[in-house]
Amino acid sequence: MATPTRPRSSATPLPPLPLPRTPGTPKAPKKKKRVNESIRTWRLTDRIGYVLMWAAGLTLCAIGIGILAFMAFKGVQYLRPDLIFSHPTVEPDQSKSGGFLDPLLGTILITLIGILIATPIAIAAATWIVEFGRPTWLARLIDSGIEIIAGTPDIVIALFGLVLFQQGIFGWMSFTAAGGAVFGRSFLTAGAMMSLIALPMVFAATREGLQAIPAHVREASYALGKTKAATIRRVLLPSVKANISTGAALGMGRIAGDTAIIVVLLGASLRLDPEGSIPFLRVLQGTGATLTSYVYNNSPAGEGNAPQKAYAAAFVLLLIVLGLNFAVDLIARSGKKSGLETSRLGAR
Amino acid sequence: MLDRLKEPWTDRRAGLLLGALACFVLLVIVFMIVFVALRAWPSFAHNGLSWFSSKGNVDQQLDKMVNSGANPGSADYQLGAWPLIYATLLTTGLAAFVGLFFSLFSAIFIVEFAPNGVRRVIVPIVRLLAAIPSVIYGLIGILVLAPFVGNSLVSQERKGSVQYVIPLSGTGLMVAVAVLTVMITPIMIAITVDGLHSIPKPWKEGALALGVNRWRAMWTVTVRAARPAIIAGAVLATARALGEAIMISMVAGSKGFSPNPLDGLTFLFEPLRTLAATVVEDSESVNAPAMQASLYAMALVLLAGAFFLSLGSWFAKQPLKKYGTRS
Repeated sequence: MATPTRPRSSATPLPPLPLPRTPGTPKAPKKKKRVNESIRTWRLTDRIGYVLMWAAGLTLCAIGIGILAFMAFKGVQYLRPDLIFSHPTVEPDQSKSGGFLDPLLGTILITLIGILIATPIAIAAATWIVEFGRPTWLARLIDSGIEIIAGTPDIVIALFGLVLFQQGIFGWMSFTAAGGAVFGRSFLTAGAMMSLIALPMVFAATREGLQAIPAHVREASYALGKTKAATIRRVLLPSVKANISTGAALGMGRIAGDTAIIVVLLGASLRLDPEGSIPFLRVLQGTGATLTSYVYNNSPAGEGNAPQKAYAAAFVLLLIVLGLNFAVDLIARSGKKSGLETSRLGAR
Repeated sequence: MLDRLKEPWTDRRAGLLLGALACFVLLVIVFMIVFVALRAWPSFAHNGLSWFSSKGNVDQQLDKMVNSGANPGSADYQLGAWPLIYATLLTTGLAAFVGLFFSLFSAIFIVEFAPNGVRRVIVPIVRLLAAIPSVIYGLIGILVLAPFVGNSLVSQERKGSVQYVIPLSGTGLMVAVAVLTVMITPIMIAITVDGLHSIPKPWKEGALALGVNRWRAMWTVTVRAARPAIIAGAVLATARALGEAIMISMVAGSKGFSPNPLDGLTFLFEPLRTLAATVVEDSESVNAPAMQASLYAMALVLLAGAFFLSLGSWFAKQPLKKYGTRS
């Protein structure tokens, strides 16, 4: 069926996005009224407000499109395949300082570590709050606790990670110097703190999904003789899979874009710098860089000062983050309301 | 772990396990406050309330801490962090103020007035702006906006007039506030849009039926009723702005200087450095004990600020509950 071409419905606040499946019922009668006819008769203050509103909306569009176009232009201008596939070296001469293979791998690594830690905890917390939630005060406390974590500046989380992982018992996560002092900076420690950034997003998405499941679904499952635990595992969690993926993708975007934790907790080495001797773990225990810290260091504010490489790396970073957000759109195609749900933007 | 998941669970065990994982979150928060406060304590202990004053030059004090070695004396801990606090309040406050109006008008536009075609563009753009990492904002700020401001907006006379006090190079208050505003606007818009949607439609329709125009109905009924959500969104976004470190450290000029509003327009171009930016920039020398205590003290102040803002946002949202909305 052809998509119904609807008249501009400016009179209703945000109609649900026109799904192709809805039969094209004619909605003509009330749409005849046009704004432009009446605005001349409005009071001056109203007209000023109306104009300001259009100005704000169009400015917003201009800023967004401007940033995107600018980054795309700079990215295409400076991004070369060999930048992505060559290791960086510390070199004052820009033409010899290599590419950003290691930071790219670092971003992928840190994102995976962070989301792998965050998702189980977030799902558990959300499930417990929605399905169990007794005692009530504890549920409420945990709920606001996660809200507090969401509002904590990432730089504070980074400093917290530094003091936490410098404790002796976490020595295995980074490396211990000869004197017994724990370094506290590694992929593992940075990833663990990154999970705190992603946790609120996965939590919010999962909880929203669980709350949206009607009670009769649970009751039907109980009526079939399933226990609550089995219901959660077999019925509820599978049906919020899309929500969990949405939250996880958003959280990954958040992790990939975070800089402060990387700067403080991943050490300052440009390449992956393994520590210890166990094959794979030594990379995780070592220090490194990510695209964000690479951009930061290569901007005029950092030591490298190689704007062209910063632009190229920033473009790759932007592609990763936008790709993750696009994945969210694909997953959450159904059940979309305004597209501006607060949980999507990390503000609850 | 996966094998354990396969065998049937009793409800009790599932509840306990999930509850324990949920409580882990609380544990993290408690640890965070305790650890940060413990490390921050020496700085507050040595300075007392003058920590919050503008005693001495903050940049020199920080330099002294870096060089103070492993056993700093009491004098090395001396810090008057007011310029940093002032810079934080200034950037955050200005960005929140500008962002509040900007996002309110944008939200009204999105909810009520935007033609469908425009709305289909503007909603993804808001999401895009929310998704862009702060370091990219910083990069654009320092490579595009700051040179533009430094070369075109700040005249040579203006630079000359204050060259013995503070050099003006373009990076400074104005660029910081501009970029920060763009960064926090999406959150404000999202919460405001949510709030505007949650107001029962018949209220506005009632106003329309009484013959007021659409703008007035929106402004005097829906916006007024959604005021708590708007305030809550603004407060929450302010908390975001408070903790923004990387972007500010890139575009704000990184000087422990207090811009003076009495300087007229020059005020807008003066460099500054916020608490969060200071922590990021000096995190390399965090192993010097005096520096460590100072940085953790700043983090503690930020933590407290963010906490109270979250609390404020929660309280601001309470009146909305009576309309039976979900959040």
